[in-house]
Amino acid sequence: MSANHYAIEVEDLVAYYGSRRILDGVSLQVGYGEIMVIMGGSGSGKSTLLRHLLALQTPRSGSIRILGRDITTASADMLHELRQSIGVSFQGGALLSSLTIGENVALPLREHTRLDDSIIEITARLKLEIVSLGGFEHLYPAQLSGGMIKRAALARAMAMDPKMLFFDEPSAGLDPVVSSELDDLIIKLRDTLGVTIVVVTHELESAFKIADHITVLDHGRILISGTADIVRNSSIERVQDLLHRRSRPIEISADDYLHRLTGG
Amino acid sequence: MAYQVKKDSGFSVVHLTGDIDLSCSPEARKSILDSLAAAQPTLVDLSAVTYIDSSGVASLVEGYQTAKKKNLEFGLLGVSEAALSVLELARLDRVFPIYASLKDRLAKNG
Ligand SMILES: Nc1ncnc2c1ncn2[C@@H]1O[C@H](COP(=O)(O)OP(=O)(O)OP(=O)(O)O)[C@@H](O)[C@H]1O
Ligand SMILES: [Mg+2]
Repeated sequence: MSANHYAIEVEDLVAYYGSRRILDGVSLQVGYGEIMVIMGGSGSGKSTLLRHLLALQTPRSGSIRILGRDITTASADMLHELRQSIGVSFQGGALLSSLTIGENVALPLREHTRLDDSIIEITARLKLEIVSLGGFEHLYPAQLSGGMIKRAALARAMAMDPKMLFFDEPSAGLDPVVSSELDDLIIKLRDTLGVTIVVVTHELESAFKIADHITVLDHGRILISGTADIVRNSSIERVQDLLHRRSRPIEISADDYLHRLTGG
Repeated sequence: MAYQVKKDSGFSVVHLTGDIDLSCSPEARKSILDSLAAAQPTLVDLSAVTYIDSSGVASLVEGYQTAKKKNLEFGLLGVSEAALSVLELARLDRVFPIYASLKDRLAKNG
């Protein structure tokens, strides 16, 4: 199949921080208008993978095609253009604290378009409405709860009507109702606008609700990748451990353990 | 995108066609605001719209608000599936007066 059938195509991605290998031969594809959920334990490389998809980091080896273009060899101009069609909400999504949330959402439109002020303002308010923050545009980030900040960051990610959205743990720390509304929104964005969406999440329920495909990372490798059903029914014990966040049994002898604790 | 403005049965009907995105929504906006500036009750026909982005939707919102201030009628005609789903995302399908066609709007006068 030609690469153009996929919005995202990663092949044999290897990434390092210094001398530590973080991603080890990761390959995956995301079709246009699909929701891909990335799961995996803390430190397994999920955020690192997202940063590579945005070309914020250069891989040691492997290729990454986004919307049909190889971003590991793309010019700075092309990357700039490409990033405008991708909305991003990172873990701990940084809003500018000196701007109101309305201004935060409007910022990408002010920077990248020549739209009239009144249109920018209405667009920003529409985005806030969509994440259930209608009427809060005048507040500053410091005046919002953690969940509201997350939603405002999502609104900002959607400001430019991106073809693609990357969310790093969008629902962490949200109450169940808001979190479920957020899932509905993500599904709606796919269904009504055909947006291609990559979501990193630890929330099992949310993952199975929204995902077309799920990829589970473990220590920088793909443990399993497939439809939600394939992952749910996997008989691989490690997959079930990660999904259900079962702690791993201590794999050392009692003596060694005591040793490690006492340093003796 | 293309647009056409026609006078029909006392309305100014702004007919938008094709994709309405960042590159052309300012033009669509201007045609709507010009019609309202000329004190015309205005209907925007979206039946041939294949895509509308947020700046296009914002232009419709601004048009409606402007019409209200001037006490002029404003409404949408034949909203295409593509446009309707975008309006629904922001619950605007409940805000705008929406008619299947001009004929439908005229039938309302009874
Ligand atoms: N800037 C950095 N410099 C050096 N090492 C880093 C850096 N960022 C991440 N790492 C390391 O890379 C590994 C993967 O980190 P990453 O942030 O991708 O994990 P994650 O899967 O997103 O985890 P979490 O679920 O906790 O967010 C970790 O071991 C981390 O210590
Ligand atoms: Mg992370």
